[in-house]
Amino acid sequence: MKARFAILLATAALALCALASVAPRALAADTPDPVAEAKLFRDYFTNKFPKVKLEDFVNGPYSMNEDMHKQWLEKEEFPPYQFALDAGKEMFEKPFKNGKTYADCFPDGGIGIRQNYPYFDEKEGKVVTLELALNRCREANGEAPYSYVKDDMASLTAYMAFTSRGKPFDIKIPNDPRALEAYQDGKRYFYTRRGQLNFSCAGCHVQSPGERLRAEVLAPALGILNAMPIYRSEWSGMGTISRRLTTCNSQTRAVPLAPQSDEYRNLEYYLSYLSNGLPISGPGARP
Amino acid sequence: MRAPLVIAGLLVAASVPALAASSEADFKTAYAAAEAAEKQAGNLRNQWLTTEAALTDAKKAADAGNFDQAIASAKEAEALAKASIFQATSEKERWKDMEIR
Repeated sequence: MKARFAILLATAALALCALASVAPRALAADTPDPVAEAKLFRDYFTNKFPKVKLEDFVNGPYSMNEDMHKQWLEKEEFPPYQFALDAGKEMFEKPFKNGKTYADCFPDGGIGIRQNYPYFDEKEGKVVTLELALNRCREANGEAPYSYVKDDMASLTAYMAFTSRGKPFDIKIPNDPRALEAYQDGKRYFYTRRGQLNFSCAGCHVQSPGERLRAEVLAPALGILNAMPIYRSEWSGMGTISRRLTTCNSQTRAVPLAPQSDEYRNLEYYLSYLSNGLPISGPGARP
Repeated sequence: MRAPLVIAGLLVAASVPALAASSEADFKTAYAAAEAAEKQAGNLRNQWLTTEAALTDAKKAADAGNFDQAIASAKEAEALAKASIFQATSEKERWKDMEIR
């Protein structure tokens, strides 16, 4: 009887130990640790592509293939985004009807600040992207907002990115549970499969960078937003981050969400944070 | 001898309505079911372009009076919407398996 009781007691103790060792891990899996996760993310790509220099990941598919890299260098001599860049500078400097300019809406007059966007606005409790901040600036000054997916917005962000070239992404997650929640939500969106083709963002940009999807070479997720906005030969024009995200969704046969919806803003926040330290290289050009 | 023939005749007659062209009412029922499923997918923020296309096809066929085709498209839309709901539901936790750790 005593022996049976001892066995029962030992079994219960073992079960408790097992539970105690598993419970913290289960908890940890649901509580994001952005610093550790960014390191793991970076290590994943640098281990997968040991020949690619860390700062070269911002060049997307051009960092994955030597021939493409050469093509890119030649392209950069007469970059296809030049017209947008010139137009963006002009638009940025032209006063609104009320006499104010974009410079009045941003810190440092809007010059050299791209690397700080998106940021988490603690007052609003949400992520604010550069595209959103630009349209809010327009509306605050009595101007109609621009489409998030068309040329005007791409030109403006192209100019602002250009003034930040070489500056490392510096996205902050303030000590606010809502900011961590936004980060986690962006991560969830990034890894969730969607669309009839059952793809997640990660399916292409984590599992398969450097591989071909039809004629395209897939870009690595690390540094993927540093070159935005981009001129895409496929689009025969410029594209904003909003355009890139909605197009990715429709390519998987998912109905895209509205540009600047919470999910996209959080996704941009998550991806930009993971690229902290990598230089802004926008505007960029892609095949 | 005649009885089996009469029964067979009755059976054939009974099956005729089933083979007849579908009605507008049948289409409306099928379309409403598809729309309801697509709305649920929308609440899960996971609609598919193909579902939307099938719904549009169903409506076009119905407008042209081709209710057989309209019902077939509506049923296809419903099946696609249900698949997208399944995807969204199963991905609620499964996305974590993909995460770099």
